[in-house]
Amino acid sequence: MKKVKINREEQIKWYLSDFARFAERLNGGSQSTLHGTRKQAIKQFSKLGFPTTRDEDWKYTSVDSLLAERFNLSTAASNVSDSFIKPLMFEKSAENTLVFINGHYSEALSNLQLNIPGLVVSSLAAAAEKHSELVSRYLGRYADCEAQAFVALNTGFVLDGLFIYVPDNISVEQSVHVIHLADPDAGPFISHPRSLVVIGKNSELKLTESYHSKGDGSYFNNAVSEFVVDENARLDHVKIQEESEAAFHVSYTQFQQERHSVISTVNVDLGGSLVRNNLHVLLNDENCETHLMGYYMGRGRQLIDNHTFVDHAMPNCFSNELYKGILDDKAQGVFNGRILVRQDAQKTNALQSNKSLLLTDDAVVNAKPQLEIFADDVKCTHGATIGQLDEEALFYLRARGISEEMAGAMLRHAFVADVLQSVKDEDVRERLDAKIIERFTLAKKTNTNCE
Amino acid sequence: MLSIKNLEVEVAGSRILKGLNFEVKPGEVHAIMGPNGGGKSTLASVLAGREEYEVLAGSVEYNGKDLLEMAPEERARAGVFLAFQYPVEIPGVSMSNFMKTALNDAREARGEAALDAMEFFALIREKLKIVNMNEKFLSRSINQGFSGGEKKRNEVFQMAVLQPQLAILDETDSGLDIDALRIVSTGVNTLRSKDNAFVLITHYQRLLNYIVPDFVHVLVDGKIVKSGDKSLALKLEDQGYDWLTDELDAPVTI
Ligand SMILES: Nc1ncnc2c1ncn2[C@@H]1O[C@H](COP(=O)(O)OP(=O)(O)OP(=O)(O)O)[C@@H](O)[C@H]1O
Ligand SMILES: [Mg+2]
Repeated sequence: MKKVKINREEQIKWYLSDFARFAERLNGGSQSTLHGTRKQAIKQFSKLGFPTTRDEDWKYTSVDSLLAERFNLSTAASNVSDSFIKPLMFEKSAENTLVFINGHYSEALSNLQLNIPGLVVSSLAAAAEKHSELVSRYLGRYADCEAQAFVALNTGFVLDGLFIYVPDNISVEQSVHVIHLADPDAGPFISHPRSLVVIGKNSELKLTESYHSKGDGSYFNNAVSEFVVDENARLDHVKIQEESEAAFHVSYTQFQQERHSVISTVNVDLGGSLVRNNLHVLLNDENCETHLMGYYMGRGRQLIDNHTFVDHAMPNCFSNELYKGILDDKAQGVFNGRILVRQDAQKTNALQSNKSLLLTDDAVVNAKPQLEIFADDVKCTHGATIGQLDEEALFYLRARGISEEMAGAMLRHAFVADVLQSVKDEDVRERLDAKIIERFTLAKKTNTNCE
Repeated sequence: MLSIKNLEVEVAGSRILKGLNFEVKPGEVHAIMGPNGGGKSTLASVLAGREEYEVLAGSVEYNGKDLLEMAPEERARAGVFLAFQYPVEIPGVSMSNFMKTALNDAREARGEAALDAMEFFALIREKLKIVNMNEKFLSRSINQGFSGGEKKRNEVFQMAVLQPQLAILDETDSGLDIDALRIVSTGVNTLRSKDNAFVLITHYQRLLNYIVPDFVHVLVDGKIVKSGDKSLALKLEDQGYDWLTDELDAPVTI
């Protein structure tokens, strides 16, 4: 891995030169209105620069390690075989699976059988051509390009990603699965996956996104997602981040909810060397309901940072947030849960809870609830706890003949059981269950081998 | 089967067991009684392999092996079972997952194939009947929100599933009403055979009406100070432990 001395100016220049090369390759595409947006965004990015730990929002998360590496913009899908993708798919959504390799849509590996009039499930690049009116109506309207450098950077390079448009009054029965596979074989790359999901009035969508890696190389995924959930619509969303443990993963996800809409989002972080997720929910009208869940598991020197922001802008909404972290070795966790209850948002009911399990003395978590309440008739509760593995419980399981390793894995699984319960898709939940047990029974073995 | 010689055990800096001797043979049922704080649970914990108990001296042999050298899970797989005085609650681990893992880990250790879902549930259903519990209980988290009696019945249920060779029941009868006591006793009696043995730690003679012991021992201040047959339990119930400690204080009895 080539390390360069950190020079922020140099790095920004590098990204700008990357942009110039990118624009050249676009040929005719560089004349489009979309390209105007890109140019605007990249200008904003160069103005903002990368955040430092002096920024309150990045206090515990330094991007120095990210800036110490130089990534090349991934240009095309690499050759990944079908047999590698198959095990990543879920049985029930196998016919509605989109596959992206290094950020580029792979038609050959994807399987899209959904056939509902008006429903669009496609790559963003294809949608930008076929449904340009729809795309430009929504793209970039929600994610904050003005203040967030990584959003600006992503927008500057916006090209491919996910596009889903569910027209009004359509319940999409089948779940849709989006696989992002990183193949860093050809060297450290950067990709800027972009998702735009629009769910029309009275409609319903179930979506699972998963990030995986082939091999344990370094790369940088800088993802931005925008979800628009219209009146009385429902979204069931799961994001599983299983990047390589040398990878960088930064994501900005914006959910925009309209009247009577209900969303559930479960965010699982298992991989990544440096992970920063920003998840914003705007409850933009009355009677919205939001379930915001997540768990993260760090080991080695992983740093996993979840910044969530629930913006109660209107009255009578309910938000329920639960994040859990398990940190081993020298891993670090950051949780910042901001809840804003604006003046108009009377009768808001907002719950937040963050629980961490520290498995070693060196593991660290920085948890901060951040409540800003400007309405007087509201109910807001928050709590943060930090604990260790329950030795009594461990002994109880062992006393019944369960190995120490398996007992430990079961207790870690139990710790996040309530988050797992909120994953409604059985396929997905079972995979997550198995992953936890696997992680803690296999990991132990390799660790002891190393020592 | 079990042979404890001159066992001395320390916990949190104080010596609790002070040279304890105890023998168990297959087919036997032993009752251990004694005043609070005497070290009964300490003995049970040491046998089960709890790490905070430090063995200062003595030996524990189980089927010819040094029990103290074995990890808790190895002891369990070798047939040692402790029904806990205070079973711990484990939210998030379902009873069925717990029992399936325990059973199959033990089978794997013995080189047997894992039970499939059908075989597992058939076995579990049969054992649930013994303790008069219904199937809903399987989807609940271990001991979470269980009443005192349910926790005790759960210990007996686990014992029935795992079929130990040496079962130590630490006050499994305490706090049970007469119906629950009957259920627990029936559970134990169903499992009794010429190949396995039971050690019942109890404060109450009442239990011994249902499970008739071959031997009754009195553990006071870290030692077994008296052993006898079931009539000893009746005498203890009647007269308490004072006569014993008086006997001990008089130097002539030693
Ligand atoms: N983990 C521990 N830490 C500190 N002290 C302990 C621990 N376990 C037991 N002890 C002490 O050891 C002594 C014996 O306790 P133990 O629980 O073995 O008694 P017991 O005979 O089972 O009593 P009871 O009839 O009340 O259950 C007590 O003084 C108790 O406080
Ligand atoms: Mg006791």
